[in-house]
Amino acid sequence: MFYPLTLAKLEVGQHLYWQIGNLKLHGQVFLTSWFVIGLLVLVSFLASRNIQRIPSGIQNVMEYALEFIRDLAKNQIGEKEYRPWIPFVGTLFLFIFVSNWSGALVPWKLIHLPAGELAAPTNDINTTVALALLTSLAYFYAGFSKRGLSYFAKYIEPTPILLPINILEDFTKPLSLSFRLFGNILADELVVAVLVLLVPLFVPLPVMILGLFTSAIQALIFATLAAAYIGEAIEGHGHGGEEHE
Amino acid sequence: MDPIVAGASVLAAALAVGLAAIGPGIGQGNAAGQAVEGIARQPEAEGKIRGTLLLSLAFMEALTIYGLVVALVLLFANPFS
Repeated sequence: MFYPLTLAKLEVGQHLYWQIGNLKLHGQVFLTSWFVIGLLVLVSFLASRNIQRIPSGIQNVMEYALEFIRDLAKNQIGEKEYRPWIPFVGTLFLFIFVSNWSGALVPWKLIHLPAGELAAPTNDINTTVALALLTSLAYFYAGFSKRGLSYFAKYIEPTPILLPINILEDFTKPLSLSFRLFGNILADELVVAVLVLLVPLFVPLPVMILGLFTSAIQALIFATLAAAYIGEAIEGHGHGGEEHE
Repeated sequence: MDPIVAGASVLAAALAVGLAAIGPGIGQGNAAGQAVEGIARQPEAEGKIRGTLLLSLAFMEALTIYGLVVALVLLFANPFS
């Protein structure tokens, strides 16, 4: 890597390794994701500690967030089945959203680590792959628990000729989900870092604001797609789409 | 790193991002144009159109991002070095 100024540097692929048994962990990702989880738990606790009939302050904000997530799940999964999936979709959305924004808003770079640097947890491919695989498991479970063995009929649904493509789809879904999120967040941070390298003052600001916007959209997309996959698995290909649209 | 591998990787990274930007660029232009047309025809549907447009723009952008991921892998985590 290159270090023209001590003020800004660009590091990709360097991590703070923690050795636990045979496992090598990326420590900086754990530190920031614990921060994000702690923040979310704290805010939820504060919001639900003293619930009023007429919400105000932080309770109001969290109720707005909950309504937003509920509408998202209802739109994608359908009126009948959406209720049990709100926690899952909501967790995905809030975790990704707060992770992305914490990477942009919290001045992590001021804290020096022996190796690597603190950044949004979602700019590590392992985090996004974990989230995407969870989504895969979730929609598989949703379809299987709702429709039993007839869930597997979706693999030969239009014609059995499409069987390989339908199987391939199960692998491309988590792949595209994880790469989309990882690439967007990493690209954001890299663009900001490169601009900070070139001009440390004021010039990176518009790009940072654009980054905030795209990170919010990416969180929304991840949650929407997860909900859409779950809805698709519940309804099935052939007779889906009555509940919404 | 072998200089030929280094040179090829840098070229390939540039090509990956550059070529991956063409298709989504055309697609985003099309989508935005159609959205403007839709708003002009039906100004009261502006909010809905804008929401859908932003979501679909992000989907298209993901394709360029795939190219970018390949470029970043070539530059920072090159498997051939």
